[in-house]
Amino acid sequence: MALLEIRNLHVKVENHEILKGIDLTINAGEVHSIMGPNGSGKSTLAQVLARRENFQVTQGEVLYNGKDLLAMKPEEAACEGVFLAFQYPVEIPGISNAYFLRSALNAVRKYRSEDELDAMDFIPMFKKKMKLLDMDEKLMNRSVNEGFSGGEKKRNEILQMAVLEPKLAILDETDSGLDIDALKVVANGVNALRGPERAMVVVTHYQRLLNYIVPDFVHVLVDGRIVKSGGKELALELEDKGYSWVEEEATA
Amino acid sequence: MSNVATTSRELGSYLEAFTDFSKRAPGQDQGWLRKLREDAFARFCEVGFPTTHDEDWRFTNVSAIAQTAFQLPQTGASVTAEQIEPYQLNGAPCQLVFVNGKFAAEFSTVGSLPKGVTAGSLADEIRRDPKALERHLGRYLNTQRDVFCALNTAFLEDGAYVHIGRGVVLEEPIYLLFVTTASDAPIMTHPRNLIIAEENSQATFVEDYVSLGGGVAFSNAATELVAGEHTVLSHYLIEREHTDAYNVSTLRLQQGRSANVASHSVLLGGGLVRNNVHPVLAGEGADCLINGLFIGNGGQHMDNYMLVEHASPHCGSRQFYNGILDGHSRGVFHGRIIVHKDAQKTDAKQTNRNLLLSDDAQIDTKPQLEIYADDVKCTHGATIGQIEEDELFYLRSRGIDQAAARRLLLFAFASECLERMKPGPVRSRIEELVNESLFHIKPGRPGAGKGEHDRAMHWEEVG
Repeated sequence: MALLEIRNLHVKVENHEILKGIDLTINAGEVHSIMGPNGSGKSTLAQVLARRENFQVTQGEVLYNGKDLLAMKPEEAACEGVFLAFQYPVEIPGISNAYFLRSALNAVRKYRSEDELDAMDFIPMFKKKMKLLDMDEKLMNRSVNEGFSGGEKKRNEILQMAVLEPKLAILDETDSGLDIDALKVVANGVNALRGPERAMVVVTHYQRLLNYIVPDFVHVLVDGRIVKSGGKELALELEDKGYSWVEEEATA
Repeated sequence: MSNVATTSRELGSYLEAFTDFSKRAPGQDQGWLRKLREDAFARFCEVGFPTTHDEDWRFTNVSAIAQTAFQLPQTGASVTAEQIEPYQLNGAPCQLVFVNGKFAAEFSTVGSLPKGVTAGSLADEIRRDPKALERHLGRYLNTQRDVFCALNTAFLEDGAYVHIGRGVVLEEPIYLLFVTTASDAPIMTHPRNLIIAEENSQATFVEDYVSLGGGVAFSNAATELVAGEHTVLSHYLIEREHTDAYNVSTLRLQQGRSANVASHSVLLGGGLVRNNVHPVLAGEGADCLINGLFIGNGGQHMDNYMLVEHASPHCGSRQFYNGILDGHSRGVFHGRIIVHKDAQKTDAKQTNRNLLLSDDAQIDTKPQLEIYADDVKCTHGATIGQIEEDELFYLRSRGIDQAAARRLLLFAFASECLERMKPGPVRSRIEELVNESLFHIKPGRPGAGKGEHDRAMHWEEVG
């Protein structure tokens, strides 16, 4: 059974159709990249999978681990192992990073009928994961994302992913705004989490990130449809020829 | 005509109460004290209760107080140690308990206070050494401007008297618990506190207002806090009476040169609450933090009236009030700053932030700046908003359920105020109470009420 199966997914936002029939199958252990020009629906797809509620699914279905993902609330999807690394991580003043993440981890553990972790158990693990992402320990007690630099925010997303250990990780333009050093750190963090049990969807506009997170499959999304799929070499071809190449091919 | 009739009947019951009270009030043999009470009562009779036509009371209708025939409490309320016990504050060796406005020695512990510190009943102090009180008692509270202060002064009888000697550093807080008990008839209490901190001393005071049992009650408290030169003081007000209670309180701070005072108000209970904070920065270089949090639900009405007077140069004041309002509760923040002619280099800041959790909740926020000096910095700003959808989704996308995520965000909002309090037993107690209070706020639709336009209304001005 596939980990994620998207069938004929149509999605509207404020009566405007954004996704116009997506079909995609992802198996555990695979890394898929979704590429596409701005406004093609990449982020919408990512957010629908994370169960953001202001989207209207008009047709199609999404099976995750054989279950109806579209019937789940965001917190249920998260507890079932779906994780979205946000394109624009949200600042939450007044809640410390460590407290937030321990609350999240314990919510997930409780859902899985596992014992909750107290601060004594949590902090050493948390620090270890911060080290993996080359993050300053001071960020642990700062409010979630508040006053973080762009790079720190993106690293914080991957840190959350490392702590929550999802089955399906969706990275929404995690590379945007990162310099090459930060990009490498983030990619290292992501690669450390690759494994046979876990699938990843890397949403990106540019090919550069894919030099460091090498995908098994690349899909090109144009105007709400996947117009081309292939291996990692497709990303290079896109980089070379630009999106107009597939857009023309799609309309031809 | 009927208004006049009602008014005279209302005042009639106060006249009766005052006549009785005058016969037994402590210190009536002291001419100055007797006059203080009589003048205050005359002032009360002269102006009566305010109406919403009064600018200072525009958003708060006290006719419910005016129309209730309150009685002074009978003595001998039956309160047991078991009932008081849950309120005790660990980490505060000095705890004074007042039942229906009167000092209850049997529930109080003074502990081993350092040399130079006196803490006890004001009534006792009036009997013991009234002359020594004359210098401060009633010297700061403005009974002309505020009729509730006049009423409190007219019925001035008991409350806390605290004196911190020169140079004393008191590390543990002095905890003052004001208990109102159930009674058949509506009762009124007028707790009056006098706190004097001499030069270079440091201390923390907590006033905690609670109800034991139901029944209509009116607490009309007033505190005069005299902060001598170079003092470092914190004052906490916790209002958590039941919702049949009316609570009006006034904190009048008199700050000497370089006195550094923090006032923290936490309003969680009470049906109709008016919280007056009135610091006068009288000495050069004085600094005041005015921090507050109010959480209303159901039909609660919480009015915060700040009057910050800058009377000397180089003083700073920072007001931060956060409100969370659910149900059809209503909040008021009135932030008045007066910068007197000589108060050059004043640095006054005021921020009021509010979260409205329902369609019917309401906040009135009003800055009022009166500046008579020409070299000052005054800023003020207010925001009104709902829980941010983005923040809620972010937390939920990490596995935290909607109700818990909402509570977390509300607590974070409240934390802005809690974090201005010094860590310790008082803050821990307040954090517990705030958490409990947020638990009562039902998880509803995020940004309920404002539908599509759920972006926060926002205005900020710098003047």
